[in-house]
Amino acid sequence: MALRQIAFYGKGGIGKSTTSQNTLAALVDLGQKILIVGCDPKADSTRLILNTKMQDTVLSLAAEAGSVEDLELEDVMKIGYKGIKCTEAGGPEPGVGCAGRGVITAINFLEENGAYENVDYVSYDVLGDVVCGGFAMPIRENKAQEIYIVMSGEMMALYAANNIAKGILKYASSGGVRLGGLICNERQTDRELDLAEALAKRLNSQLIHFVPRDNIVQHAELRRKTVIEYAPDCQQAQEYRNLAEKIHANAGKGTIPTPITMEELEEMLLDFGIMKTEEQALAELAAKEAAKLAAATA
Amino acid sequence: MSTALAETPEDIKARNKQLIAEVLEAYPDKSAKRRAKHLNTYEAEKSECSVKSNIKSIPGVMTIRGCAYAGSKGVVWGPIKDMVHISHGPVGCGQYSWGSRRNYYVGTTGIDSFVTMQFTSDFQEKDIVFGGDKKLGKIIDEIQVLFPLNKGITIQSECPIGLIGDDIEAVSKAKSKQYEGKTIVPVRCEGFRGVSQSLGHHIANDAVRDWVFDKAGDKIAHFESTPYDVAIIGDYNIGGDAWSSRILLEEMGLRVIAQWSGDGSIAELEATPKAKLNILHCYRSMNYITRHMEEKYGIPWVEYNFFGPTKIEASLREIASHFDDKIKAGAEQVIAKYKPLMQAVIDRYKPRLQGKKVMLFVGGLRPRHVIGAYEDLGMEVVGTGYEFGHNDDYQRTTHYVKDGTLIYDDVTGYEFEKFVEKVKPDLVGSGIKEKYVFQKMGVPFRQMHSWDYSGPYHGYDGFAIFARDMDIAINAPVWKLAKAPWS
Repeated sequence: MALRQIAFYGKGGIGKSTTSQNTLAALVDLGQKILIVGCDPKADSTRLILNTKMQDTVLSLAAEAGSVEDLELEDVMKIGYKGIKCTEAGGPEPGVGCAGRGVITAINFLEENGAYENVDYVSYDVLGDVVCGGFAMPIRENKAQEIYIVMSGEMMALYAANNIAKGILKYASSGGVRLGGLICNERQTDRELDLAEALAKRLNSQLIHFVPRDNIVQHAELRRKTVIEYAPDCQQAQEYRNLAEKIHANAGKGTIPTPITMEELEEMLLDFGIMKTEEQALAELAAKEAAKLAAATA
Repeated sequence: MSTALAETPEDIKARNKQLIAEVLEAYPDKSAKRRAKHLNTYEAEKSECSVKSNIKSIPGVMTIRGCAYAGSKGVVWGPIKDMVHISHGPVGCGQYSWGSRRNYYVGTTGIDSFVTMQFTSDFQEKDIVFGGDKKLGKIIDEIQVLFPLNKGITIQSECPIGLIGDDIEAVSKAKSKQYEGKTIVPVRCEGFRGVSQSLGHHIANDAVRDWVFDKAGDKIAHFESTPYDVAIIGDYNIGGDAWSSRILLEEMGLRVIAQWSGDGSIAELEATPKAKLNILHCYRSMNYITRHMEEKYGIPWVEYNFFGPTKIEASLREIASHFDDKIKAGAEQVIAKYKPLMQAVIDRYKPRLQGKKVMLFVGGLRPRHVIGAYEDLGMEVVGTGYEFGHNDDYQRTTHYVKDGTLIYDDVTGYEFEKFVEKVKPDLVGSGIKEKYVFQKMGVPFRQMHSWDYSGPYHGYDGFAIFARDMDIAINAPVWKLAKAPWS
């Protein structure tokens, strides 16, 4: 099988790392050899697979040694759950330097040093917002073929998903990158499934899976484990297996996204009652004030 | 090789118009439209040269321009001799601009003066990713150990510094505190800012204002004023220009308290707000700080021109007009004293240079300033233009150029070659990148940035050297020896 490269994007805090690691853990059970490339300076994309936070990031070791040229692949690659290979780009502490350049440096190093050999899947886990070219590295030519956007029914998650679709569109014509689908990580907002499906449709994509909320994910995380490892027989583990199977079957089925304008997105949110019109918001505010006044005078 | 001398200005204007049209034909429509605004012929009595300037160069052409870093590190700050100037970023910017301006200075290099040395933070990949602030702090510590007699440090930002958000101001403040209030100046002159080196001059001027004047406080050494204190501003002492200027000012009775920034020192910068008059040679690169000193300290300023006896005379009188009769008399004495010497120079060289035509393309001052010196030798400037001049430079140019002079702003390599090919001047004056192109065309050439490793050209002493250099360029027997195989 040809090497498949996929990437997980989405708003910060949406659960990208949790979702991706659980899915990849399920994928390894399907007999796939996997390499994870963590592209977040926080270096927490492999914690549940390694059962510990990765200390030896590419960039921290490069800084110690002088430059990336002084590193060996073994130094930065750790083996986790069922043989999953794990690497973390790492990067500067918040507020200094250029994390984007760090991602570019790390991915180039891994590629040049043969990290991509003898694996079936390379999975990139990228930090919340594609703030600069560096974080778009995994969606450029000859990198990820499919992008999976992790989102929820919250407004900002939808904004972010649409923005990421814009980034994919930009590189879709120059390289081969496609949108694999949306993964909705349930937040229990109003009409969440409908909204996720509607957005997927507007983006010319699919809602590949709706992952229900279950506290067992947090229980597993506290033990630095995926649900697949911690409670393989629970319903949530089955959800991730379903997602993994869908992704595995989704090879070559990605689409070129059709991101929508801000106005269109806001209109959609109004239709779904996620966002209120100004009149509505003002009316509600006035009613609230009146009620407060009434309570005070009573 | 001059064209017929009998040409009238109207003939020349018609020829220039045709020439500009021909040159523009080579461009795609959009580029031709944009470049057309930068090329024109000067019409007598107009208050402007009718060209656009200080606009982004167009892609695909060879422009002669530099960048903001070049303007700050190379021009304004570089010649401050007792400070160490760090080229902050990857190694190339500092390394390949090393020693490229001939700012002469008195001092012991590596001990108390550092102009011809190259200091760089030599950024590596990890400095980009993790930021270079710590490295910068370490470099400053090392400079303090290795060069304890340095009087200050500047940080000249290369492009990446502005991209990765390094806080060079915070490092400067912290290190200044650590070293008892030492002057440490962060300069945000990242090369991508602005359209040429010009913005770098402005940024560097502002850095003097914010990090030297405003921070000097009571640090300044005791200063005894005299009524005749002046500061030379914008003379970069190329080949000793500022020295041959300074002696004239001193001979007329003035006291020069600072040279900005040829053979200059940080103490001179700090003392300049005490001047009675700022005298400004390179308007383009230093007008910002002179205007600031006028506003803040009430110091008047005057532009002057020390190229060739005619302009020197006028300038000495103009400077003297700001002082009392003693100085005015002093100026006349200086003029009278050098008159016989100047006459001897003119008698010797004018017959050899009379009627020769010159085309210039220099930076921000000389395209107009040197015209008088050529005219003193009987020569004629038929074309001129600025790399990074602004509209006010082209306005000032009208006081120098003749009716029908070809004007070309931010000239491209192609345009300049074509213009010279058609106008057939006897001499081209421009920079090192242009020199060999024109010499291979058989056209005599002088570098007008570096004085071709000669100089000084300023002042009376400089004029003698200028006249000799133009003569050896134009009348060198080599031009008669070279024969093309087909001729």
